[in-house]
Amino acid sequence: MQPRYSIFSLARNALNYHKDWERAWRSPNPKADYDVIIIGAGGHGLATAYYLAKNHGLTNVAVLEKGWLGGGNSGRNTTIIRSNYLQDPSIAIYELSRSLYENLSQDLNYNIMFSPRGVLMLCQTEHEHRAFKRTAHANKLAGLDCRMVSPQEAKEILPILNIDPNCRYPVLGAYYQPRGGTGRHDAVCWAYARGADSRGVDIIQNCEVTGITRDGDKVTGVETTRGAIKARKIAVVTAGHVTTIMDMAGVRMPIESQCLQALVSEPIKPVIDCVVMANTVHGYMSQSDKGDLVIGGGTDSYNNYSQRGSFPALEHTIAALVETFPILSRLKLMRMWGGIVDMTGDRSPIISKTPVDGLYVNCGWGTGGFKSIPGSGWVFADTIANDRPHPIAEAFGLNRFAEGRFIDESVAAAVAH
Amino acid sequence: MLTLTCPVCGAEGDETDFHAGGQAHIRRPATHDPEHITDQQQADYLFTRINPKGLHFERWRCDRGCGKWFHAARDTVSLEFKAYYGITELPPAEIMAQAKGAWADYFKARQRAEAKAPAKAGAKS
Repeated sequence: MQPRYSIFSLARNALNYHKDWERAWRSPNPKADYDVIIIGAGGHGLATAYYLAKNHGLTNVAVLEKGWLGGGNSGRNTTIIRSNYLQDPSIAIYELSRSLYENLSQDLNYNIMFSPRGVLMLCQTEHEHRAFKRTAHANKLAGLDCRMVSPQEAKEILPILNIDPNCRYPVLGAYYQPRGGTGRHDAVCWAYARGADSRGVDIIQNCEVTGITRDGDKVTGVETTRGAIKARKIAVVTAGHVTTIMDMAGVRMPIESQCLQALVSEPIKPVIDCVVMANTVHGYMSQSDKGDLVIGGGTDSYNNYSQRGSFPALEHTIAALVETFPILSRLKLMRMWGGIVDMTGDRSPIISKTPVDGLYVNCGWGTGGFKSIPGSGWVFADTIANDRPHPIAEAFGLNRFAEGRFIDESVAAAVAH
Repeated sequence: MLTLTCPVCGAEGDETDFHAGGQAHIRRPATHDPEHITDQQQADYLFTRINPKGLHFERWRCDRGCGKWFHAARDTVSLEFKAYYGITELPPAEIMAQAKGAWADYFKARQRAEAKAPAKAGAKS
């Protein structure tokens, strides 16, 4: 067990000019075999490892990562946390996740900077206004703390909003989840990594999986750039690269990989103290503690593994945001980047056993992965440990596509796809 | 930004002048054999996609030119277009030979099937 972080450890280390901090996790060499191998050390993979150790006592676990932990989409998202989805299975998992975020800093003894600053989703067409009213009713039935607000109330929550009824996309109202907000994406990964590592999980970075070995219908291990490793169970949590890994096991996936872009502005004085999402115009925005506006856009329409998005998609997002927030028009943008998101047909994730014995998959989070990290890890760990879907994960099985049980969130997602 | 050339009318433009239509060469199994289609086959037709990291085959539409659909071979890592070909055609032989994984399997099966029963002229791919 590692020493706890606290005001006292901070003071003690300050006396030594912060030279003696312990490493937050080890860098072990891979063992010859494990009970469970998790492929992908992003937020979802690390959370799965943590809950396997904490909730199920499984510690002979390795997390394999091709690059460095948290270096994929976990470090590329816009850190929004909310749970006001339309369908019941989605509400169940995203609300589990959001409620776990509330105490995550305490649970993991690591400040993940969860900031429930409120998520305001603008309705800028009649159709969108109606769709959000429907979502509001569904959420009320599910017991979520959300409400519709008028343009005037939205303006009070977000004073820089342009509510002129004559603009191209007038604000007709907004859907508000006061308990939603943001978190620090890197800290979430680091916290789960530290928590899992201190319980005995091996996190092995710079270890790319090159093959999955099978004995008939059962997995037996993986081939990696650091040698072969045996495992009784293998969990694939590799987001945009899930099809390349699942192809190694001979399982075809209903997934397409596309590029989703985000960008940040220069740092400015505080202007937005909530998260604002404008679905119709494909943009969402919040302000980081540093002061830069964190802006996310829509996905490109074609498959892409390059982590470089197209300029027209960015231009579209910025043009529309400037109309909704005229104050932003002179702002300089500092950086832009792309992440490879794994899109399913119904825009809902897949948390599932597979036709191969001992092979589990957690993917398809698409544009909504960060907010779901704790809940996804929680139910996926339970699914792996007990070799049956967790009650919340049951609806998200791979079999839903053949059975026609879609969890259609494409109309309800924050950004039109 | 992607730049494309339409093989039908020759129009050049960027990705905003064209429309991405997703994976190419998808056949609706129920069209050929409606009686023996399983739920899984229908689900695969609707949702399971070839999602390669590398050479990919897609449908595009020439939105601001002739309005016709056509096929393109594109690398999903370098984003480079390798070939454009007609909507009823298979890719040029040298490009087809570079296909890997699920695409290689698909083209092999397709060529075997056509060697057995030559496709009718104008048959949709």
